[in-house]
Amino acid sequence: MDPRVDRYRTLLTRTARWRPGIAVIIAIPVLYLGYFFVYPVISITLRGLTVDGSLSLQVFADVLKDDSLQGVARFTMLQAFLSTVLTVAFALPAAWVFARFSFRGKRILLAASLVPFVLPTLVVGSAFLTIAGPNGFLGVDLTGTLWLILAAHVFYNYAIVVRGVSSFWERIDPRIEAAARTLGASPWTAFRTITLPILRPAIASTSALVFLFSFTSFGVVLLLGDLRHTTIEVEIWRQTTAFLRLDVASALAILQLLGIGAILIAYGWFHRRTSIEFAHTAVDPPRPHTARERWAVRVIIGSMIVILGTPLGVLIARSAINPTGGIGLANYQNLFSLSDTTAAFIDPMLAIRNSLAFALAAASIGLVIGVLSAIALTHARKRTARAFDVFVMLPLGTSAVTIGFGFLVALGSPIDLRTSVVLIPIAHSLVAIPFVVRTTAPAFGAVQHQLREAAATLGSSRWRTWWSVDARLVGAALLVAAAFAFAISMGEFGATSFIARPNSPTIPIAIFRLLGRPGSVPFGAAIALSTVLAAVTGVAMLVIDAVGHKRVRGEL
Amino acid sequence: MTRIYRYLLVTVAITIAIVATACSSAGSDEVVLLTHDSFALSDETLAAFTEETGLELVITTAGDAGTMLNQAILTKDNPIADVIYGIDNTFLSRAIDAGIFVPHRAAAIDSVSPVLYVREDMATPIDFGDVCVNYDIAALSVAGVPAPVSLADLTLPAYRDMLVVQDPALSSPGLAFLMATIAEYPEGAEYDWKAYWRDLFANGVAVSPNWTNAYTSRFSWSGGDRPLVVSYASSPPAEVLFGELAEAPTAVMAQGCFRQVEFAGVLAGASNEAGARLFVDFLLERLTQEDIPLNMFVYPTNTDATLPDIFARYTTFPEQPVVMEPGTIEMNRERWIQEWIDIARS
Repeated sequence: MDPRVDRYRTLLTRTARWRPGIAVIIAIPVLYLGYFFVYPVISITLRGLTVDGSLSLQVFADVLKDDSLQGVARFTMLQAFLSTVLTVAFALPAAWVFARFSFRGKRILLAASLVPFVLPTLVVGSAFLTIAGPNGFLGVDLTGTLWLILAAHVFYNYAIVVRGVSSFWERIDPRIEAAARTLGASPWTAFRTITLPILRPAIASTSALVFLFSFTSFGVVLLLGDLRHTTIEVEIWRQTTAFLRLDVASALAILQLLGIGAILIAYGWFHRRTSIEFAHTAVDPPRPHTARERWAVRVIIGSMIVILGTPLGVLIARSAINPTGGIGLANYQNLFSLSDTTAAFIDPMLAIRNSLAFALAAASIGLVIGVLSAIALTHARKRTARAFDVFVMLPLGTSAVTIGFGFLVALGSPIDLRTSVVLIPIAHSLVAIPFVVRTTAPAFGAVQHQLREAAATLGSSRWRTWWSVDARLVGAALLVAAAFAFAISMGEFGATSFIARPNSPTIPIAIFRLLGRPGSVPFGAAIALSTVLAAVTGVAMLVIDAVGHKRVRGEL
Repeated sequence: MTRIYRYLLVTVAITIAIVATACSSAGSDEVVLLTHDSFALSDETLAAFTEETGLELVITTAGDAGTMLNQAILTKDNPIADVIYGIDNTFLSRAIDAGIFVPHRAAAIDSVSPVLYVREDMATPIDFGDVCVNYDIAALSVAGVPAPVSLADLTLPAYRDMLVVQDPALSSPGLAFLMATIAEYPEGAEYDWKAYWRDLFANGVAVSPNWTNAYTSRFSWSGGDRPLVVSYASSPPAEVLFGELAEAPTAVMAQGCFRQVEFAGVLAGASNEAGARLFVDFLLERLTQEDIPLNMFVYPTNTDATLPDIFARYTTFPEQPVVMEPGTIEMNRERWIQEWIDIARS
């Protein structure tokens, strides 16, 4: 007998015992998040709450008693809840279409669906005002209403649900549902009783992300809300920049974190991970063959194109209006000659190079840390896993001000990283990690133990087992995670803008600077640069998809 | 040891290596400047600094001016830079009170109007700009109303739903405009600034969170719905230069302007204090000062500097802009903003 069977026999039997391997796997993300997230956040909040040399908690009482802040907290939760429900409602049908059918343009659509994700809120806000603002072409002025905020949140978060759920859905064997149908169940009953319960971890996972994103929404609320409709995140910024009240900002940041932690715990308890195991590898699904299926695909994809395409269309159309009037490509030409003709305040090519480099670094860090966290989650004891699950989500619920200033007060020694360029990809990775975990953990949880054991029995090493079984089965989820991590970094603005950083702008920062100047040339260049950002992201998504497609598809 | 650990170890090692190499060690041959996102000078000017002093300039950017000040205060025991540039008069007192500066008397300070001097030379005035109401010339003539000439005009029915301002809690021109109205309608007067703002809101003033949203989304010249916007006295020349136009499409209401002054200062505890002093001196030199207007669209404080043509031609110099003492601002800023928010929310 192959001696390796003996060596790996332990792998087959020790499932509940303490495993040093898992300890190492869990230690790396804990150390990383500990040093670059927990330590900075604690440092800055302690600093903020220290008055005259001693810690004061009086500010919490003041904040909790403040009526207007209570209103802000209520509005924050309300809009986050409604945004999540709406996003899931609109995106779930699209997830079904992407999981179950092949159709022309599918891969391009899937790549394009992530584009909204990277666009700066200043630009998207302006596009929404063009659609439904004071002079909007829909003819209704929705500025300052909840509706416009919700619409923008659906636009931004749509892809999270579509991609997260469909990558999981396509691995559910369609024959299960078909069997139910043969036994007489209606399509709806089959979906409700068979597919929906299996999908639940993926829906729960992605909707938690949407909720957190909407909860901490900053730019959208700032631009499309009004003084009465603001979020805690906006209030933290207001307290910091206008009043220099770090104590109030810290108290708000802590309360926001506690609130989010409580919601996540309640959520996790409600959706206790129903570990569904599947071994179905995603083969490319069939084209829609009945007339009904064809219509369903058309309607659902059509609505997706309207939801995501309208603001993007406005953006592209505006980028083609020349500064001096007329239609053309002058904005794009200006983009590449700006630094010669006028003041050298921005170099768009440099910004593009910077953004690509940061995104590559942030996506790599995010993937390594996120995947290790996801593996740890699926192997750790239940209680540890649940706590860890909430913990890795917290960076997403932390205000950008807290993270940016936290770096500043915490990372001065032993190595002074406070103004180092590495902080940019690190900050981006903090936002990316929850995405990687959420998109890969349901898949890791679903890998059949028998497959892994079979591989080990056949003599493959543990690494080889992981590579040939787990990695293969979760490959689709990994691709989605990589795409999200990359896109998050390309579009990240909030945390970046609070970091003291070398004078090397990312694309969103460059767009922000261009928009900070009067004149139609910088404005046009900003819009053109936004479309370039959209295009670069779209191409990057296609590349990620193409690289992974071969490995992921096909039978095991 | 299985291979997976080896891979993990390599990853950790690489991370540590990246982190270690990226750590910056400031030598005495470089000066680190902390500034806001709008900082810009031409490459020639920046190169001239290195030529004159032999020092390399390392620029650290820090978001907007408020964020930058917070960063400077948070790190004052172990500063991340040697010199700071871009703190304006609405925040100067806070910076001085926090003790982030050491005094420095700039070489060319005698060429600066003494009105702008700072107590004990704690900071050096480098540039100034006037925040004024701008109007869209064509839109007003289509609407058939004359250009407004005073803050009082803005509450008239003729200008109903025409003005967009910025939230003073979030935007520095917004704060400046609030100060201008407070100077015009001082506290204690029968008709004070709060009464004025209630009238403004009754007359349909719109509030944007920041300059960009007000100017590029709401201002009618940029395609929005409002022909009057709070912006800068230098915006019309910027429209000419950055819009490839022959004539300015917008103009400035010369009354009710607030003067924003930006300062530079040597940071206490700087690792290259001598270099920091040299950089402040450099900012006030005539050649640097003449490079400032076209890069940052503000005016040089050094009266020996000549303005670029385009500035001289299209700029309206406001009559008696409000110059408020930084101490007064510091004492009242938070209360004013809070009171303004209360009015705006009601």
